[in-house]
Amino acid sequence: MRLGSGAFAACCVVIEVLGVALFLRGFFPAPVRSSSRAEQRAEPAAPEPSAGASSNWTKLPPPLFKKVVIMLIDGLRDDFVFGSKGVKFMPYTTYLVEKGASHSFVAEAKLPTVTMPRIKALMTGSLPGFIDVVRNLNSPELLEDNVITQAKAAGKRIIFYGDETWVKLFPKHFVEYDGTTSFFVSDYTEVDDNVTRHLDKVLKRGDWDMLILHYLGLDHIGHVSGPSSPLIGHKLREMDSILMKIHTSLLSEERETLVPNLLVLCGDHGMSETGGHGASSMEELNTALILISSAFERKPGDIRRPKHVQQTDLAATLAIGLGLPIPGNSVGSLLFPTVEGRPVREQLRFLHLNAVQLSKLLQENVPSYEKEPGFEQFKMSERLHGNWIRLYLEENNSEVLFNLGAKVRRQYLDALRTLSLSLSRQVAQYDIYSMLVGTVVVLEVLSLLLLSIPEALSNKAELEVPLWSPVFSLLFYLTLLVLSALHVIVCTSAESSCYFCGLSWLTAGGVMVLVSALLCAVVSALAKTFGDGKFLSKNPAHPKPRWSELDVLILLGTMGHVLSLGASSFIEEEHQTWYFLINTLCLALCHEIYRNCLLRDDSEPQQCPHVEEEFIRTAAALQDRSTGCDTLEPHGVSRSLTSLDTLRGYEKWMVLASPWVILTCCRLLRSLNQTGVQWAHRPDLGHWLTSSDHKAELSVLTALSLIVIFALVQRKCSLTSKVALALGLLGVYCYRAAIGNVLFPWQRDSKDISKGVIEARFVHVFVLGILFTGTKDLLKSQVIATDVTIKTVGLWEIYSGLVLLAALLFRPHNLPVLVFSLLIQTIMTKFIWKPLRHDAAEITIMHYWFGQAFFYFQGNSNNIATVDISAGFVGLDTYIEVPAVFLTAFATFAGPVLWASHLVSFLSSETSSGSALSHACFCYALICSFPVSAYIILVTSLRYHLFIWSVFSPKLLYEGMHILITAAICVFFTAMDQTNTKS
Amino acid sequence: MKDTDIKRLLYTHLLCIFSIILSICIPSFFLENFSILETHLTWLCICSVFVTAVNLVLYLIVKPNASSKRSSISYKVTRFLKCCIYFLMSCFFFHVIFVLYGAPLIELVLETFLFAVILSTFTTVPCLCLLGPNIKAWLRVFSRNGVTSIWENSLQITTISSFIGTWLGAFPIPLDWERPWQMAIERKKMCRSFCVPGMVLGTVTQ
Repeated sequence: MRLGSGAFAACCVVIEVLGVALFLRGFFPAPVRSSSRAEQRAEPAAPEPSAGASSNWTKLPPPLFKKVVIMLIDGLRDDFVFGSKGVKFMPYTTYLVEKGASHSFVAEAKLPTVTMPRIKALMTGSLPGFIDVVRNLNSPELLEDNVITQAKAAGKRIIFYGDETWVKLFPKHFVEYDGTTSFFVSDYTEVDDNVTRHLDKVLKRGDWDMLILHYLGLDHIGHVSGPSSPLIGHKLREMDSILMKIHTSLLSEERETLVPNLLVLCGDHGMSETGGHGASSMEELNTALILISSAFERKPGDIRRPKHVQQTDLAATLAIGLGLPIPGNSVGSLLFPTVEGRPVREQLRFLHLNAVQLSKLLQENVPSYEKEPGFEQFKMSERLHGNWIRLYLEENNSEVLFNLGAKVRRQYLDALRTLSLSLSRQVAQYDIYSMLVGTVVVLEVLSLLLLSIPEALSNKAELEVPLWSPVFSLLFYLTLLVLSALHVIVCTSAESSCYFCGLSWLTAGGVMVLVSALLCAVVSALAKTFGDGKFLSKNPAHPKPRWSELDVLILLGTMGHVLSLGASSFIEEEHQTWYFLINTLCLALCHEIYRNCLLRDDSEPQQCPHVEEEFIRTAAALQDRSTGCDTLEPHGVSRSLTSLDTLRGYEKWMVLASPWVILTCCRLLRSLNQTGVQWAHRPDLGHWLTSSDHKAELSVLTALSLIVIFALVQRKCSLTSKVALALGLLGVYCYRAAIGNVLFPWQRDSKDISKGVIEARFVHVFVLGILFTGTKDLLKSQVIATDVTIKTVGLWEIYSGLVLLAALLFRPHNLPVLVFSLLIQTIMTKFIWKPLRHDAAEITIMHYWFGQAFFYFQGNSNNIATVDISAGFVGLDTYIEVPAVFLTAFATFAGPVLWASHLVSFLSSETSSGSALSHACFCYALICSFPVSAYIILVTSLRYHLFIWSVFSPKLLYEGMHILITAAICVFFTAMDQTNTKS
Repeated sequence: MKDTDIKRLLYTHLLCIFSIILSICIPSFFLENFSILETHLTWLCICSVFVTAVNLVLYLIVKPNASSKRSSISYKVTRFLKCCIYFLMSCFFFHVIFVLYGAPLIELVLETFLFAVILSTFTTVPCLCLLGPNIKAWLRVFSRNGVTSIWENSLQITTISSFIGTWLGAFPIPLDWERPWQMAIERKKMCRSFCVPGMVLGTVTQ
């Protein structure tokens, strides 16, 4: 079957996406789970251990506290309370920490430091898997065993005010709730007022047992203006006064009832130096945790530093404090200071309950649990505990009893720590089989792409895909047989769960057929290449293709980038690699231009022998090209003869200056957004612009950018889309004014801030309109097939629609990125690609490089925290999954997508040869899938690396998303190519 | 003729390398607290001065292209002044390129500029010595198949390997074991270590 190389590449990338998806599913492990579900957990609590004499205490111990108030402040990192900020802005809390009846801890959150997984961790005590981030926005009901469910089952009345995520997680658990939404990050007063306004009423009423408050304001301030902003101080002071209000009310109630209450102040995650969260810096991991209750005894003058504990410990502590069974999946250990004041027998009982729960979890998740040190310690302490009980029940020798009790307690605490640690480690278990299958698919596709380079980049841009012969070959059936046998063996013998085994037989069979068919295709392509190679080597007259410096640079740059993915620092600072590469690319282009211009001036008048020699070589090169065997055509020499002559004086100067203009643009963009890890805290223009003092500057810049965007884009549009574009850009400004980013000149005060839904929808309408006009033009060009211009206009309209959407979705200070991107595209088109006549492959790779660089110029990095989620809500009232995900993905990958769509419209309008588009599609597919495949192998080999969760996994998610987008782009390319060939 | 040329070439290169080694060793006798890593700015200055001096001396002694037909004093002076201007221009040019590559604009100006100076001593000074202030000749030497003599060939190889060395020297920057513009030293070492094989190659291939 003959296929165009574009279509072939698109198919390959689509298959590759399947492979990557399978790999990802295997790579991100399912978290540690107890096999019994929450509903089935009706089993009685473990009785007290006893040696000989039977203990009479088999029921759960009674609750320690009557009421519990949990005050969760989003993004409360430890130094906001325990550091200098805490002393300055939270005087009451500092007093409680230093002198009051409280226990303070620094609770370490685990990755990912995003709200929903952290709430789950706090309430279940388990460690949610990394993949939970992806489901962060759309949180389904929490079905795992957790404190809230247990409390509800025990008849406690729970009230909740705060972040809506809780209501989604626990839809039927609260007797009264008011969810605030966390979508408008720029609002940091109203979200908290909505929580606090209920407080007075609720504190007066006595009809509840548990009150949960989740304050979002602090985190919003962090997102908008960072942890060193003065707003943080105000917010902390507000929180302090709220804490004081709750505490005094609880104390006054205690005076009447004489039963202690518990007040918990905690943060879900920290805040990085730039104000985001999601990664693993110390500032994001360390959160404050303070337990306040009159039950805690404190000697005067007893100064303690907050101890480091795990965030998961809170679930077990809360369960014990409320007299509930500890959640089944909890890996945390009891915070012992909270029960220190109780009698020894109760203390030991609590520790025993916790240890039994942990060891049960260990038994269910580790096959060789008996050899674990924690389990052995637990068994020993249980024996000792039994001895202690016997002693306690028989006699009352206080000295011996006390010493033994202290020993048992120490042993239990050790056992708990070891158990908790070994359970936390269990999370990192990979589903190797699925990963392997995914890798095999990806590698086969890559080798198929690599092997078909010569044929696909030839003039015809078509290649013979051996599709039917392999299906009937012996090799195919043998591979299929071996694979099925392997599948059966692996799936029947595997102990841990495996995703690929869990698939239905039909799907698994389909994947196996795919794998073996690809293998056969690779083998036959290999055979063909070697056959050709022999043929070529028989022909000694075949001249070696010459590579220009640009080709060498492109090749080396790609290789270097792929190799650099092996080091975690290079991944964190990948933007440096891209900036470096595009700078070098510009300098290489500059060299090429200058050589062409100046040397020609030099040699033309005298016609030195050099030129004649060049003529001969050019002729050879042209012959060489006509054979169609070479992948990269020799240029440089042949090109200089025809280009640049026709240019007049002014244009020539522009050509000479253009690389420097581009370099300057890149340098400016570089200082707009500091990204990465090492230098992310450096001051940059973006922060300067978004700070509230510089609103006027930002407004001027925004207006200017929008005007330049219009001027650059409107050149090739039809009249209707020109008008639509202008109105759309006007709408963008109105939208930004409505959400309070920029000012209108006549509007002095920053009045009411709305969501800007109407304005955003107004722009959406125009985006859709322009896209529709573009599509209509494309269809028309396909049907009528008169001339190419309609198609060019259609493609440009689609491109301008995307530009308009990007202008709407970008962060307020990022509009210059869009402007410079358009400017560079225009300059490159006019003064570099056209005069120098690069071939399609080179132009594609340059587009790809610039696209990648613009991905980072936007302020993105290989870190989940930099994804701008708020882009998903532009123009939406509530969270609707499909458009929100689409908008966020587009806003994040706007750079690569815009450059790719520019590539399509440029190639279809400029080049004369019909095969340019399919060449471009093939190159794009190849150059995108190369890093992905290499990265998958690297990640597999580095899966026990220290930074695997913090650095490599987010990058893997980005790469997965990137290959998906590449697939979409390639399909678009192919569609354009098809219409081209038809017309 | 060719053999003597190769011999002279070899000696000049050896002398250049020797001068760099000297620039590391000698100042430690005269200056307190001298070490490459800590007082790298001083060292950069000294090194560039040494290399320039050695290059000039060698040029005067060896005279690879004894083609100075006119030898009037005024011609020589203007030529020398032109060379100085070219050298300064190349320093500023490299400085601008470093800034475009992402060096900070205001802070660390001195480091960046000194690095530009040393790169131009390794690349521009030999070119000036050998070819004189003649842009066309430079372009000829650095384009493909423009080399006419063994001296030009060695010049081409050393200069290009210096550039590539500098370029590659930027790669360790993202690794988090030191401050960014201490990198000047790293780059320098890289640059030299790429020059040396380049020279040897240059001599051997002739």
